[in-house]
Amino acid sequence: MPILSLITYAPILGVAGILALRLFGKADDPRTIEASKWIALVTTLATLALSVLLVAQFDRNEPGFQFVEQAPWFAGLNYRMGVDGISVLFVLLTAFLMPICIAASWKAIEKRVLEYMIAFLILETLVIGVFCALDLIVFYIFFEFGLVPMFLIIGIWGGQRRVYAAFKFFLYTLLGSVLMLAAILAMIGISHTSSIPELMVYHFDPKVQTWLWLAFFASFAVKMPMWPVHTWLPDAHVEAPTAGSVILAGILLKMGGYGFLRFSLPMFPAASHYFTPLVFALSVIAVVYTSLVAFRQVDIKKLIAYSSVAHMGFVTMGIFSGNAVGEQGAIFQMLSHGVISGALFLCVGVVYDRMHTREIAFYGGIVNRMPWYAATFMLFTMGNVGLPGTSGFVGEILTMTGTYGVSTWTAIVAATGVIFSAVYALSLYRRVVFGVITNPKLADITDLDWREVAIFAPLIAATLVLGVQPGLVMNLTQASVDHLVSAYQAAIGG
Amino acid sequence: MTFSADLGLAYPELILAVGALVLLVFGAFAPRASRLVGWGGVLVLAAAAFEAATGPFGRGFAGGMIADAASAFAQVAIFASSAICIPLGQRWFQRRGVDNFEFPVLIVLAALGMGMMVSAGDLISLYIGVELHSLALYVLAAIHRDNAKASEAGLKYFVLGALSSGLLLYGASLVYGFAGSTLFTDIAAAVHGGAHVGVLFGLVFLICGLAFKVSAAPFHMWTPDVYEGAPTPVVAFFAAAPKLAAMVLFARLLAQGFGGAIVQWQQVLVALGLISVAVGAFAGLAQKNLKRLWAYSSIANVGYAIIGLSAGTAEGVQSMLVFMVLYMVDVTGFFACLAALKRQGRDMETFEDMAGLFKEQPGIALAMTAFSLSALGLPPFSGFWAKVFVFKAALNAGLPIAAVLGLVGSVVAAFYYLRLIKVMWFDGSLGATDTPPIEARAIALGLALFSFPVVLGALIWIYPAADRAARAFGLA
Repeated sequence: MPILSLITYAPILGVAGILALRLFGKADDPRTIEASKWIALVTTLATLALSVLLVAQFDRNEPGFQFVEQAPWFAGLNYRMGVDGISVLFVLLTAFLMPICIAASWKAIEKRVLEYMIAFLILETLVIGVFCALDLIVFYIFFEFGLVPMFLIIGIWGGQRRVYAAFKFFLYTLLGSVLMLAAILAMIGISHTSSIPELMVYHFDPKVQTWLWLAFFASFAVKMPMWPVHTWLPDAHVEAPTAGSVILAGILLKMGGYGFLRFSLPMFPAASHYFTPLVFALSVIAVVYTSLVAFRQVDIKKLIAYSSVAHMGFVTMGIFSGNAVGEQGAIFQMLSHGVISGALFLCVGVVYDRMHTREIAFYGGIVNRMPWYAATFMLFTMGNVGLPGTSGFVGEILTMTGTYGVSTWTAIVAATGVIFSAVYALSLYRRVVFGVITNPKLADITDLDWREVAIFAPLIAATLVLGVQPGLVMNLTQASVDHLVSAYQAAIGG
Repeated sequence: MTFSADLGLAYPELILAVGALVLLVFGAFAPRASRLVGWGGVLVLAAAAFEAATGPFGRGFAGGMIADAASAFAQVAIFASSAICIPLGQRWFQRRGVDNFEFPVLIVLAALGMGMMVSAGDLISLYIGVELHSLALYVLAAIHRDNAKASEAGLKYFVLGALSSGLLLYGASLVYGFAGSTLFTDIAAAVHGGAHVGVLFGLVFLICGLAFKVSAAPFHMWTPDVYEGAPTPVVAFFAAAPKLAAMVLFARLLAQGFGGAIVQWQQVLVALGLISVAVGAFAGLAQKNLKRLWAYSSIANVGYAIIGLSAGTAEGVQSMLVFMVLYMVDVTGFFACLAALKRQGRDMETFEDMAGLFKEQPGIALAMTAFSLSALGLPPFSGFWAKVFVFKAALNAGLPIAAVLGLVGSVVAAFYYLRLIKVMWFDGSLGATDTPPIEARAIALGLALFSFPVVLGALIWIYPAADRAARAFGLA
């Protein structure tokens, strides 16, 4: 059974269902709208079930690709799918966050609900496709077309400056991607194959590697996003609807880190080694600088967006440390950040849905009215800071440990970022939650309802379980990461 | 070769010539039966396309005409694209109270000229083909007689087209003077092992003349004005097939006539291509009228095709052919969408007119979105594949700078395609639109479906066909 294609295209079945609804019913009929939400939810849950099945069947001792599917296409291209220990978890993360996004949009989205659900389902297909693709061109198709649904999600259902944010998001990412496309075409021209597993063992000339690496870096650095090309992210986050932010922070940013792990390190090891100091420098700047920027924000979402950039700094640092500890930490940090930052954006969404503002100064003292919300928000804030016991801690400590042996100063400077993150995250929490209510509009704000509890419960569970039992993830990634690191070290002669 | 065997090679052209004359006479005597003339035109084009696809290959008329895989490939595409425009245009004119039987006849005549262009084997038949199709296009541009803009467009097209024909002729006479023959094969022999500077001088004029015809910058000035003024279905016609015909002629002339002078023409073509991409991308940013916008978009896209051609390899020509065929789908489809749209009897041609179109006409808006994304080069639409092959050919031919600059140009152009999508999807509606005619709607949706997902299957067939066509030119 081609389980990967099944998981990838399962959401398209939901799209077909909603389109059928649209054809046979009236678009503005409340029953049609309600049905479209249920179709989207059921489809994403079914995809999640399939992904869990995938992970359960996954052989954790096998470092190579599993569940490989292959079919010839035109012009010497092949349709190839497959997962290894690195990508399988991202498939699961995507499938895990999607039903949460649909549930979070249940009431928040009031206009053009059918189109919204279709956009999310298409996005899910594309993102899962990115993580499963084993052919450069197939990968590029999924990677690039993902811009369109996100562009529409920000542009149609976004806030005040949605058009600006949507364009900025699209054009920034596109510029990076076309350079990657040039590199992909050059790679196919040189090696006469577009198969990712074959390219991972192909030896490019070191001079060529430098150019190819830079082209891929342009794309992934924007996607990640790394300082200084991160400026699209705060705009996109602030304007996107809550679920859009969750997907953006939770999954789309991870495509950059995944790209580094899948392409830059194994295919261009010499160039990766050569550019490691550059990446380290950009990473620590991201950690320190954007943490300070985050501290000065007046908009809750923007603050969390900048904190995402800072956390991604740890990821790039860990990836380019080139040892198993750093890689494991980076992968773990990406998964953990996917859960925690997604949850934080949902926390913002909860108060935004009630008050329709994200200004920090508007709030204050809501613990008096929303105790359960305050507790939830506290947990994820602590996770964001990296408190031991939450998943945020594991990723940060591992990436720093991995980097310490390679570049001590990088690790030490990055460690200050942990303190800064505590500064901005805790001060945000204090200003929004603690104190007495001074704003009369907050007087009758209500606590979490059952739907919101149901949304947060799996996220809380994931944060805590991964925090105390990181081995669940590490065992899956171990074989593939060891394989990657040994190949990388052999290639750079380390 | 005997004369009757020569005629066998020219069956597609003969069918068109005889068919056009019969339809003309029939139309003149039965002026009310213009629909019938239209369907007759479609039938003639279909027959010619069938004959082109199945007919024999060879050289005829003392080398003046070449029927090979390349001409067959191009003719099928050209005749199909011409046939699509007949029902589109007839209904469009009918809705505006103009009922003329000349329209389909002129399209068939233009198709005849294009058929000659792609199978031209010497400079004389090259010129006759170019002139025949151009004259038909000048008249088509001005066929909406009572419309001042259309007449202006026709006149402008004619004057600038005459200039470009002059350039072509001047170049052809120089080449003839210095090479001693008008046959491509003789020119190739003369160029072999170092071309005389006079021949190269003539070649540059020929390139300029053809650049006019494909509207490559800096010979593009007529394009936006003509596109804006001419009737929309006519633009759908002459933005597509004539470009392919001229590009195939371009390729044949350069490969079969001037293959030995590749070092000289490659740089000219790279420059033409990159200037076109830049002009199309940057000048398009300032446009408000969608027909003008797509004129600039077509300038940029022809630039990509020229970059593919400039590779000077069989792969390059193949990529150019695939590019042009896929681009024809986009541009015809886009103008079919525009031809379908009217609000309270008024044409919708500007960005503002499209505000909230998704609410009014979801099908047309989706089709326009697909064509825009495709022209932007976004996967998995047809335009992506078109660009992929072009840039792959350019990279493999050692032109990485051209490929990268071309790709960056596509990011600039992305802005205006996105702007169109933004207007259609994000903005509020300006009121109900008129019901689109069934022909335009069917053509628009059909071509959009081709753009994605049909293209993913169609390329399995188009790609090797273009490969065979490219190899017919005898390039490495």
